[in-house]
Amino acid sequence: MLEIKTLSKHFGGVKAVDNLDLQVERGEIVGLIGPNGSGKSTLVNLVCGVLKPTSGEVIFEGHSMAGQVPSARLRHGIARTFQNIRLFGGLTVWQNLWVARNSNEDIRSQSILRRWLGSATTLKKEIETMLEFSDLADKADVLASNLAFGEQRRLELARAVAAKPRLLLLDEPAAGMNRAEVAELEQRIRSLREQGITILLVEHVMQLVMGVTDRIAVLNFGSKIAEGSPNDIQENTAVQEAYLGHSD
Amino acid sequence: MDYYLNLINTIGIHTLLGLSAYLLILTGQVSMAQAGFFGIGAYTAAILTVIFESSILTAIGAAMLVSGGVAFLVGFPALRVRGLMLVVATVAFSEFARMFFYNLKWRIVRDGAEIGPDGTMGFAEIRYFNDNGWLNWEVTIFIWVFVAVVMALIWWSDKTRIGAVLRAVGEDELAADSTGINVTVVKVAAMTAGGVVAGLAGSLYAHQVTDLDHHTFTVLLATFAIAYPILGGLSNVFGTLIAVLFIQGLLVEGLRFLGDWRMLLFGALIILAMNIKPLGLFDNQTIRFLRNALGVKRQSGSV
Repeated sequence: MLEIKTLSKHFGGVKAVDNLDLQVERGEIVGLIGPNGSGKSTLVNLVCGVLKPTSGEVIFEGHSMAGQVPSARLRHGIARTFQNIRLFGGLTVWQNLWVARNSNEDIRSQSILRRWLGSATTLKKEIETMLEFSDLADKADVLASNLAFGEQRRLELARAVAAKPRLLLLDEPAAGMNRAEVAELEQRIRSLREQGITILLVEHVMQLVMGVTDRIAVLNFGSKIAEGSPNDIQENTAVQEAYLGHSD
Repeated sequence: MDYYLNLINTIGIHTLLGLSAYLLILTGQVSMAQAGFFGIGAYTAAILTVIFESSILTAIGAAMLVSGGVAFLVGFPALRVRGLMLVVATVAFSEFARMFFYNLKWRIVRDGAEIGPDGTMGFAEIRYFNDNGWLNWEVTIFIWVFVAVVMALIWWSDKTRIGAVLRAVGEDELAADSTGINVTVVKVAAMTAGGVVAGLAGSLYAHQVTDLDHHTFTVLLATFAIAYPILGGLSNVFGTLIAVLFIQGLLVEGLRFLGDWRMLLFGALIILAMNIKPLGLFDNQTIRFLRNALGVKRQSGSV
């Protein structure tokens, strides 16, 4: 579904991502881990089009994504969340989901006039379902900036899902969460997979990565040093060295 | 009486000017180009009624089209810069437009008299209202019909997806792009709409004052244009109107008795207002207060 081919991104002399190959199959949940500065977020930004690669390419469902801006890639079916939450703080929870309804399906199912000039209630049912899924049903009219941290994280996930993606890039969605919240997030990610969404999960929180992913790729200094099932990765010496250093 | 009518006209025209900047500020673009669009609208409309003897509505429509068209073209290079660099670039545009009119000489002779824009001397005798026997209060109503229509249109589109998307882009461009909003289209559309409204304001201004001078369209006018929505707040269009009333009505005219001390107090009062109400005079707090006072209930599920 997603093919990353010999992808590199260099910032001056720094090779943030270097000659990386990675494949994600439809329906998978793939984890992407690595120490700080190993190039995980850069990779997310390359896949969703925020950054242009130095070389190599990103192929999604057989189409090269070269030169496509994030909003165009979203229409192809790639959505993302941000490591540092980036909601539309001055908009209500409801409006945050409303403006994110940009899938091709949503655009085609309504006339331009109805889409742009119709009231917020046009999509009421579907947005309400999303609010319930995110446990935000009673917060619909609250400004996003007034939400608690956990609620903001949930809203950001809901906003990405509102665009009906087929591939969802989650950039450290569990950062700052307690164990109960992580468990809840794990449930939510599983249920997204059941809805047919393929997920690439960048995460430091091992409770989540080890629990939910089918396969894990490990980055260090921009290159993939290991790939395999969660069990393989836990026993992989190269990975242990990347995180903990050599035992001389 | 005429003094008050003129003041009401000025408030209406400046409200339109402020609303043109309001549209842009919603998308996070602080544009000093509104003075340029205002000038283009003023000169276009005046040239049409004076030299081509067209009707006022034709002239206003054409002024809106020309200003909007220029704004559309300005919108694309403006995408490449943001923040302070956008301010600098748009100041340059406004000065460019002003210098164009400074040099624009297009004199024709009609009934033994020379008329038309006269370069550095300005553009005098835009006498459409006078020649067609409009009374002063009729001109005032004419101007305010436009103000009311534009305010209603912007207020209403703010309730639709248009408003939410403009605000989303203003909040966070990268997040908007990543949620599938075409930021290029939104920003250029806002610039174009801002140009249309500023052109309308300029065309009304030209015929109300009857006498154009390039000194009107300087950075000061552009500063006023962005000061109104910022001072009034971005909650809705009434903030801009209230800020114009505050600045033009109270500060500029109301303090005239203070003589030269007026400008000092003018600045102090603006600073005071922005400190007491950092989100604008007409922010959500004010709106909630008014709603409670008037007993209006808020509908859930809408904005």
